[in-house]
Amino acid sequence: MLRGDGRRGRRGRRLSTATERSEPAAPTRARSRPLLADLLERYALLVVWAGVIVVFGILRPDTFLTTANFSTIFGSQAVLVVLTLALLAPLTAGDYDLSVAATLTLSSMTLAILNVNHGWSIGAAIAAALAVGLVVGIVNGALVVLLSMDSLIVTLGTSTFIAGVILWISDSQTVSGVSESLIDYVVVKQFLGIPLAFYYGIALGLAMFYVFEFMPIGRRLLFVGRGRSVARLSGIRVVRLRWGAFMFSGVISAFAGVLYVGTLGSADPTSGLSFLLPAFAAAFLGATTIQPGRFNPIGSIAAVYFLVTGITGLQLLGVQTFVQQLFYGGALVLAVALSQLARRRDAPASD
Amino acid sequence: MQPGAAPRLELRGLSKSFGGTHALRGVDLSVLPGEVHGLLGENGSGKSTLIKILAGFHEPDDGELLIDGEPVRLPLAPGQFRELGMSFVHQDLGLVESLSVLENLRVAELAASRSRFGISWRRERRRARETFERYGLRIDPAAAVGDLKPVERALLAIVRALEEIRAVGRGQGLLVLDEPTVFLPEEGVDRLFALVREAAAAGASILFVSHDLDEVREITDRVTVLRDGALVGTVVTGETSETRFVEMIIGRRLAALPDVEHADLTEQRVGVTVQGLTGASLRDVSFQMHEGEIVGLTGLLGSGFEEVPYLLYGARAASTGRLVVRGDVLELARLTPTAATRSGVALIPADRKTDGSVGSLPVVENMALAVLDRYFNGVALERRRMRRETGAVMRTFDVRPDDPSLPYGALSGGNQQKALLAKWFQTEPRLLLLDEPTQGVDVGARQQIFELIRTAVAERGMHVLCASSDYEQLALLCDRVVVFGRGRVWRELVGEDVAKERIIEQCYAAMAAEVAGVVA
Repeated sequence: MLRGDGRRGRRGRRLSTATERSEPAAPTRARSRPLLADLLERYALLVVWAGVIVVFGILRPDTFLTTANFSTIFGSQAVLVVLTLALLAPLTAGDYDLSVAATLTLSSMTLAILNVNHGWSIGAAIAAALAVGLVVGIVNGALVVLLSMDSLIVTLGTSTFIAGVILWISDSQTVSGVSESLIDYVVVKQFLGIPLAFYYGIALGLAMFYVFEFMPIGRRLLFVGRGRSVARLSGIRVVRLRWGAFMFSGVISAFAGVLYVGTLGSADPTSGLSFLLPAFAAAFLGATTIQPGRFNPIGSIAAVYFLVTGITGLQLLGVQTFVQQLFYGGALVLAVALSQLARRRDAPASD
Repeated sequence: MQPGAAPRLELRGLSKSFGGTHALRGVDLSVLPGEVHGLLGENGSGKSTLIKILAGFHEPDDGELLIDGEPVRLPLAPGQFRELGMSFVHQDLGLVESLSVLENLRVAELAASRSRFGISWRRERRRARETFERYGLRIDPAAAVGDLKPVERALLAIVRALEEIRAVGRGQGLLVLDEPTVFLPEEGVDRLFALVREAAAAGASILFVSHDLDEVREITDRVTVLRDGALVGTVVTGETSETRFVEMIIGRRLAALPDVEHADLTEQRVGVTVQGLTGASLRDVSFQMHEGEIVGLTGLLGSGFEEVPYLLYGARAASTGRLVVRGDVLELARLTPTAATRSGVALIPADRKTDGSVGSLPVVENMALAVLDRYFNGVALERRRMRRETGAVMRTFDVRPDDPSLPYGALSGGNQQKALLAKWFQTEPRLLLLDEPTQGVDVGARQQIFELIRTAVAERGMHVLCASSDYEQLALLCDRVVVFGRGRVWRELVGEDVAKERIIEQCYAAMAAEVAGVVA
């Protein structure tokens, strides 16, 4: 008899094509757990946020617990909210986009230059700024998807490239004097005491929540990020979705840039770049709440406002400005650490 | 084997429960010096739990451990197994592909070398070469592990484990091989077994954990069988029949395998045609599939048959070729999985974990992925209906537990595979492509999977193409088997010829012909 005629696989044949090294490690949540533990995990961030408000409220009742303060917190941080939301699409699809902050800055500079120096109407200038964002997204996506390059490296490169372009076109100068009507519709006009900018962020977040949760494309995007090979072999157009995610982040980052000009009334060539880390911190922190284990819009919005509340409170206590960086940097690492712990706990026991 | 000596490893009354489930109940196991001892059981029988207790990964609730007759306190600390002269080789081998053979071989030593200032790589290379020679292997220590053949990787992992035992200097030790052969082709398994025999002859004890009954029967001296966490018994391999083993594993007397009738369906209408398929290893392959026919593809490693399902699905690019499915003509050089799906072609890949499913996402999302549009009413996904209907499909396919919100990875291998079948059956495919559909699936689930496939063919008129190197599976499932040799069709077996022995014979005949240059 011939020996060893058993089930013998030719396994290890993987179909994965591109490099899948540095997928953003969205924490995995698994297995049904007791309801209470589940609820705690889901809403822990909101509870902590409430706690932070109470503590600062007691320490600085006169300055912290004022409508003006909350109006400022909610209004001024809409830019960060929108930028964080822009990040969620590529992150969910398993790609990093490090160019979002540069795109924001490029968009704001484009808007200001066209509106102020070239006399374009504000509407046309906004459209041009958004188109610039779309172009950045198309280029990023093409490099990543068509050439199978690592998204981290590609967007690190394009981000730096864009920063150079901004300095070039602006001559390293701040451009001010942007049309008042933009500022009106971003920070001056208010609804329920909060600037309109806040509502733009919330509306975008809700729309994205809907798409992620209630549209087939959201589900597909999730699989593209979590199991690219699975998605491809299920007939999903992986290339198209990943590319689309980059275009989305480009356009939405550009929209954040528009809001940024509307908030400041001017565009400067560098300050927007510092939004990158807070946006990542909020996206990863957001993935530990509301829908733990997934990058999710509502969680991200909550994370942004939690981080900003903390920082504002500390500043009102008279702590110096470096606390901002301590807070954002620490939050990013802490958020990733938490999700790693969750992943370890939830790893299904295999037999 | 040295009967009469104290067992190298003895476990008495080992018990472990997780929550309410008993993973092990009072299991005894003794492995003698110089013995190759098999550990058999279905998925979930407690094999892995037992191994993990030895590795110090789980704490047992109860039980005793004796090494060379001396009691050792349980639980073991993680890593303590090394001091006790044990070493493990798991299915994934634990090698770093991007590093060299030498670095992998010496990893434990290098990690621990606190006292040394520098590493003399020249000396290490010489030592490594000597080590390989001692085991009669020829592996270049400077090669990257990623460039080694799967067999050489497995051999390297085993040599490393044996060397670790030697380094401890505590007798000949115990080597635990946990499913080491699943990645290996036939020829590789023989080489691996030669190494195992040599190690045993030198006095090492080997605990051999496997699904594969044939392999266990070939290599082991004695076998311990577990079922549902309990000990069924320990038997001498040479005195136990295959049927007896199967009975011990699945716990009911197996009705003599249904005498599978292989109807000759080649007179039926042709439903699927493959023309001029050429890929990385295939040359101008053509074949047809008839109504109601399950067609198997096989051959020895490298014969190219394993490429066929992926080429027909557009998962890999073919250079030329055409697939006709009930009138739809698909040009294979331009086919994408998306287009294949649209034409009613479905693929269930061999690698469930990487290509078939996302273990961390719920079963419902994995299964519904193929039919998402069905649950979209134009405004929103009807998630409640999705969960309800997926649950119903899971019950139809006997996926257990039938909770759609469980993470997919929490299902056992057999249930994962049933869920994958269910996922694709929902799309009502016209042509279903299978690659090793029952790999890592236990005996009971295997039967169910065959049944599900047969029913689908009979009731829904599905065409099924099954690529496999499991000849028994082909004989049980297929009506016709196409044997490949050197990238071409060598023989088609129909009717009575669809039998394990005939298939094996033809696979080797194809290879012999290759050698003789007949096929070329």
